[in-house]
Amino acid sequence: MTLVIKNGRVIDPVNSLDEPKDILVHKGIIKAIESPGSISFDAGEKPSVIDAKGCVVCPGLIDMHVHFREPGFEYKETITSGCQSAAAGGFTSVAVMPNTNPVNDTRAVTEHILALARTEGIINVYPIAAITQKLEGERLSEMADLKNAGAIAFSDDGRPVMNNELMRRAFEYSKMFELPLIQHSEMLDLTEGGCMNEGMVSTELGLKGMPAEAEDIMVYRDIALLEKTGGRLHVAHISSKNSVDLVRQAKSKGLPVTCEVAPHHFTLTDEAVRGYDTNTKMSPPLRAIEDVEAIKEGLRDGTIDIIATDHAPHDITDKQVEYQNACFGIVGLETALPLSLKLVDEKILSMGDVIKKLTSTPADIFNLKAGNLSLGNEADILIFNPSLEYCIDISKFHSKSKNSPFDGWKVKGKVLHTLVKGKTAYSVNDN
Amino acid sequence: MFILKNILGTKCLSNEAITTILDTADSFKEISTRPIKKVPALRGKTIINLFFEPSTRTRTSFEIAGKRLSADVINISGPSSSSVKGENLIDTALNLEAMHPDIMVVRHALSGASEMISQHVKCPIINAGDGFHEHPTQALLDLHTIREAKGSLEGLNITIVGDIAHSRVVRSNIYAMKTMGMNVKLIGPPTMIPQGIDKMGVSVGYDFEGVIHDTDVIMMLRLQKERQSRYLLSSIREYSNLYCLTSKILEKAKDDVLIFHPGPVNRGIEISPDIMRSKRSLILTQVTNGVAVRMALMYLLLGGKNDTSN
Repeated sequence: MTLVIKNGRVIDPVNSLDEPKDILVHKGIIKAIESPGSISFDAGEKPSVIDAKGCVVCPGLIDMHVHFREPGFEYKETITSGCQSAAAGGFTSVAVMPNTNPVNDTRAVTEHILALARTEGIINVYPIAAITQKLEGERLSEMADLKNAGAIAFSDDGRPVMNNELMRRAFEYSKMFELPLIQHSEMLDLTEGGCMNEGMVSTELGLKGMPAEAEDIMVYRDIALLEKTGGRLHVAHISSKNSVDLVRQAKSKGLPVTCEVAPHHFTLTDEAVRGYDTNTKMSPPLRAIEDVEAIKEGLRDGTIDIIATDHAPHDITDKQVEYQNACFGIVGLETALPLSLKLVDEKILSMGDVIKKLTSTPADIFNLKAGNLSLGNEADILIFNPSLEYCIDISKFHSKSKNSPFDGWKVKGKVLHTLVKGKTAYSVNDN
Repeated sequence: MFILKNILGTKCLSNEAITTILDTADSFKEISTRPIKKVPALRGKTIINLFFEPSTRTRTSFEIAGKRLSADVINISGPSSSSVKGENLIDTALNLEAMHPDIMVVRHALSGASEMISQHVKCPIINAGDGFHEHPTQALLDLHTIREAKGSLEGLNITIVGDIAHSRVVRSNIYAMKTMGMNVKLIGPPTMIPQGIDKMGVSVGYDFEGVIHDTDVIMMLRLQKERQSRYLLSSIREYSNLYCLTSKILEKAKDDVLIFHPGPVNRGIEISPDIMRSKRSLILTQVTNGVAVRMALMYLLLGGKNDTSN
């Protein structure tokens, strides 16, 4: 019932904490954070102890963009396996996208997801509901009902909302609920048949390109609409230089725009597609080096608010096919932390900034009661060793799917324990 | 020794490897003119032509090449459309490999398919064209034909005209021709010039007549008529007005310019029929040499010796 995490470097951006501390957790609640050795116990009280010497202790990570495929595509991932994958990656909260089958566009599906998460999930699961019914881009979903059922945002992710009038009305309608609309920005008529970034590499490989302008045009459209309508826009998985500039300009005007980036978009370029590894196929696609540099600058100057994985599990039957026929997307939960920590080594972000973009900022944007270590909060805590080197091994992933281009990569930063409400959701000792 | 395991593209072929292939093809060419057109070089070897995309010329050329070397050649047609979901491509290849072929020749409508198969099977793969990626045997037979006519390749100017974006022949020819020291110009409507191709060491333009005066070889590409539906063309008529090789345009070219086309030809769209049949046209010589070049590749991949070391 009582747990002490000792001697760790406690980093909690919300409480401006970055120093060695002991943390006392009682009945799943953070009870005390004190100088090392200063938490005392009555004789006879035997708390369990985690020695976190040399480790970072921080709020459990939050991923606002995952696909857990249930209901409908359980052979790729389930809420159970997705939560296990998340916990193994250090995440204690995730938001699941609605492109399931059936689509999460009704109260029944939202409630079903939440019920599954309560009984089988070992971490916190927040449903994102569809903007349009069946993701068809024709009629608005019942946003009020969905919010009441527990939806925390709306998105047609996987598909963009192409219709301009509908998007305008979606911004207006959603104002009632004060929930953000998350856009997968892609002008589909510019990307039809495409399967990688358009540029020299796509030309050499003979693969149809998806120009970055397909993303930029929709980011611009949404910002233009938002300026008129009000509401809130969150740009999903931003990947292009010009889109980062557009968000930067919108923010400087004070518009309520936020955005996220996926680790692969600041780690890889389209050069990785050479060799036709279908685990380099995702949407938006891996971009050019100029885009990656602009994304790093966007992370540095705060234009890019958060890191989110776009965890997109696909079975080998959907990936071990011709490049053009392969499904878009890669799993990301179990590689996000070490890939994000590379930004610290590259001096793009401080350790505190990386943690902030994976904890308190997503919590702020989506109004979640999570992402900090304030006393009295539920003890959702991550303990990781920032300097421990290891090789990524997809066969050890907890996700049902292994579609990652990072297999065999030597990385730094290993998750040791993930606690949800004070209970172990993942421990390296059990694995 | 010729050490390549697969022929997936010309990108990875060195000047020496290409020279070896062309020299070997030279020595094989004579076989096809004999009364009995067969040598026992590959007797007892099995070659599978695995064609997922319809092809008459290339498939026949590979088949004849194998048979003239006494190999057993088996032709298999897979589902042609990229959208047909049949047996998984890798499973198909593994099943065929289980029957111990010595070479698989693969053609597929999607880029990367041959390379993907090569990653899963042990037997040598010859890429007979994958999507818009590479068609190495076509480029090699083009080089062979040019070298035969001109004596050498170094320093020659070639102009390739047409739908550059959707041509695997162009990509393979760019790599091979650059490696052999040729200067490559690409001409076509801007909608058919793909992004970034200028970074492959070629010059790019839109004006056919303006560049033709110093070219040694003109290669016309086949126009896929369905491209109009993707906004790449206004009309076949306008394309033809701009890019059809006619005797009027040829007046501006060198007297000894060579005319190439990888076939099949849309007569009157990219090249006028009288020019196809003129002395300067080597279109049918390309086809003849295709057999010799494919014989050379099969022979070399299966360990045949040659004089030039690699």
